[in-house]
Amino acid sequence: MSATPLLSVRGLTRTWDGVHGCHDVSFDLYPGEVLCIVGESGSGKSTLLQALSMQAPAQRGTVSYDMCESGLTDLATLSSARLRLLARTDWGFVHQHARDGLRMQVSAGANIAERLMAVGQRHYGELREIAGAWLEKMEIDLARLDDTPHAFSGGMQQRLQIARNLVTHPRLVFMDEPTASLDVSVQARLLDLLRRLVSDLDLAAILVTHDLAVARLLAHRTLVMQGGRVVEQGLTDQILDDPQHPYTQLLVSSILQG
Amino acid sequence: MSQAQQAEHAQTLIEVRGLGKMFTLHNQGGIRLPVLQSVDFEAARGECLVLSGRSGTGKSTLLRCLYGNYLATKGSIRLRDTSAEGAPWVELTNAPEQRVLRLRRDVIGYVSQFLRAIPRVGALDVVAEPLQQRGVDRNVARARAAALLERLNLPRRLWELPPATFSGGEQQRVNIARGLIGGHPILLLDEPTASLDADNRAVVIALIREALAEGRCLIGIFHDEAVRDAVATRLLPLQPATAIA
Amino acid sequence: MTAAIAPLPAEVTTRDAHYNFGYLDESTKRMLRRALLKAVAIPGYQVPFGSREMPLPYGWGTGGIQVTAAIIGRQDVLKVIDQGSDDTTNAINIRRFFGRVTGVRTTERTAEASIIQTRHRVPETPLREGQTMVFQVPIPEPLRWLEPSETETRTMHALAEYGAMHVKLYEDIARHGHIATTYDYPVIVNQRYMMRPSPIPKFDNPKLDRNPALMLFGAGREKRVYAVPPYTSVKSLDFADHPFTVEKWSSCCAQCGATDSYLDEIITDNAGTRMFVCSDTEYCADRQAQQTIKAAEATEAAEAAEAADPAAGGVR
Repeated sequence: MSATPLLSVRGLTRTWDGVHGCHDVSFDLYPGEVLCIVGESGSGKSTLLQALSMQAPAQRGTVSYDMCESGLTDLATLSSARLRLLARTDWGFVHQHARDGLRMQVSAGANIAERLMAVGQRHYGELREIAGAWLEKMEIDLARLDDTPHAFSGGMQQRLQIARNLVTHPRLVFMDEPTASLDVSVQARLLDLLRRLVSDLDLAAILVTHDLAVARLLAHRTLVMQGGRVVEQGLTDQILDDPQHPYTQLLVSSILQG
Repeated sequence: MSQAQQAEHAQTLIEVRGLGKMFTLHNQGGIRLPVLQSVDFEAARGECLVLSGRSGTGKSTLLRCLYGNYLATKGSIRLRDTSAEGAPWVELTNAPEQRVLRLRRDVIGYVSQFLRAIPRVGALDVVAEPLQQRGVDRNVARARAAALLERLNLPRRLWELPPATFSGGEQQRVNIARGLIGGHPILLLDEPTASLDADNRAVVIALIREALAEGRCLIGIFHDEAVRDAVATRLLPLQPATAIA
Repeated sequence: MTAAIAPLPAEVTTRDAHYNFGYLDESTKRMLRRALLKAVAIPGYQVPFGSREMPLPYGWGTGGIQVTAAIIGRQDVLKVIDQGSDDTTNAINIRRFFGRVTGVRTTERTAEASIIQTRHRVPETPLREGQTMVFQVPIPEPLRWLEPSETETRTMHALAEYGAMHVKLYEDIARHGHIATTYDYPVIVNQRYMMRPSPIPKFDNPKLDRNPALMLFGAGREKRVYAVPPYTSVKSLDFADHPFTVEKWSSCCAQCGATDSYLDEIITDNAGTRMFVCSDTEYCADRQAQQTIKAAEATEAAEAAEAADPAAGGVR
């Protein structure tokens, strides 16, 4: 058991008009843990993710990350240069729509290898090899390495986006509704892939979703959000099997049983 | 405590005191359902404690509380954390989530009635997973899973298929294998033989006896009297909860 | 003795008094010079400036002209080339423009010039300390192809986030088997800023590295200037296993026999007959003149030898 959390959040508040957003969120995330933030539209979950990943400034509260060199560090004290470097190497961010997280006009191989080039990798042959290995890990045919993402299906684009994020072996990955834009049959494949990746690579992940089934499948722990606040948090199976808060009970009972 | 008592206490792995569980259904007018009330017991290595009582007396609920799947509303559940130095006692009801996850990984296992099927993962890998999570090499884990499935007579052709399409009995055997493979010192079993034929029930009984001989502590619900009689070392009768306490 | 090459007649025009010296007003020139000082202080960094309306449209060298106008003085000698040649329409027009608004001496000889304004080539003749090259630049931003946002590219420069540029090179190799960029090839200046050297062929990139001359770059439409001070390192981007290489030709210049200059390919008839000639017309003409003189000297020497000893069989 790691004594230090990987990410430590205290009293995080971010609103864009003083009212709407997320309020007073606190939790710790440990290495290799998957945390799901569930809520319906307007619950503040996407705002929370933006604030956690330091893409939007918070009005109150702190987000601290266990940096390799300096231990648990308040991210607000980092320079923007350091923060950008962190986001490009030790973190990943998977967008709901793959096109927001890919360079659509360059090849799959270039998309995957870019982060490595950004940190100084300068051997074309090696870059290509690493990109190819990741493509195969994402169950995409190696022959597609030089194709641009335009030629990929939605599910493939999403898998490519994930590979692009993982190539620098980040310890923490943020995901914003990674399966919401995909057909149901494609979702299952992606979720299975994510499950295996999290386990094989010992990734910690914070996953925003409105789909409780995704939480059940992927997350160790879950935060339930309503009206910008966390109304309940705990182990995912406990939240889904023994919900305490009225809103959580409503959410869980609303799942259509197959 | 005398030395003999100390020795015995050292073998006790789980201790429950004054456990109560009340469900509050906020969306049905806030009605409150008491299910467990004042449950007290201990269980030690080599014991198979069988929960008895009529339907609705909260047997499944109790197991789920012991696993942290349900939150106890009253009382205490203490486990020995056998994976930690000195095997200290841990209070489950207020343990941090991370601790509970680690206890589930190393100390307490659960065989439920129904298998929650993970899409696209084959039965063999479903069974091997608890070992892999502990860091065991994938091939070694798969080999041990294969051995268990073999014993449970699950046909080889099913091993690489996801269990979602299996029959009830086939799913249950996958469940049992997954629960037993980790070698957890405490194992909770909720109707593990309900869908099995006589031959497979016999296999499960043998596996349970072997687990007990290894010094594991089992707490289970068995409706089949024959199975219950074959494995139980002690019965724990549960009374229906009455008071809205 | 080598006969001295008679200097080409310098064009000296009378300055048109209707215009301020150099066309731009003094405040504008000062503003430009301040920007250029900043540019020289931070090699390769793009400095914004207030680009003025010039008497020719954007895309015709307004940036280069403004830079030259800002620095040119009465003692300067100006050379203007376009694609290596002094006698193309653009080169002639720009040279005539400066003649008219400054009255400054102009020349076609690289060695004689103090300011050389160029589009698309660096002269073959090595430059020396005290000379200034002014490059005409269409698009100053090397990352523009990848990132349309100006705010984002400025941030990338500030943080030296240049990995994306290698993406372009990677794509070239993936698509064509080699880096296909042959002109305006991106470079890293002074080990810090990434720069576009303007659309010069990559053949000329090595000339920029540690050049004794001052290099100034002006983009009129995009309103940026940048600079490479003398003796500054300029390294072309490449991969460890695909190193930077320059163009090579299978033949030499058909007119002067040079094997070390950038050659243009000229189709001479409808049958597709082609010949290669130096792009740098002055360099080529100079070499030809040298060869003519050498040949004349050789003939003189042979005739003298024969006159001294008629008995020795000679070629007559």
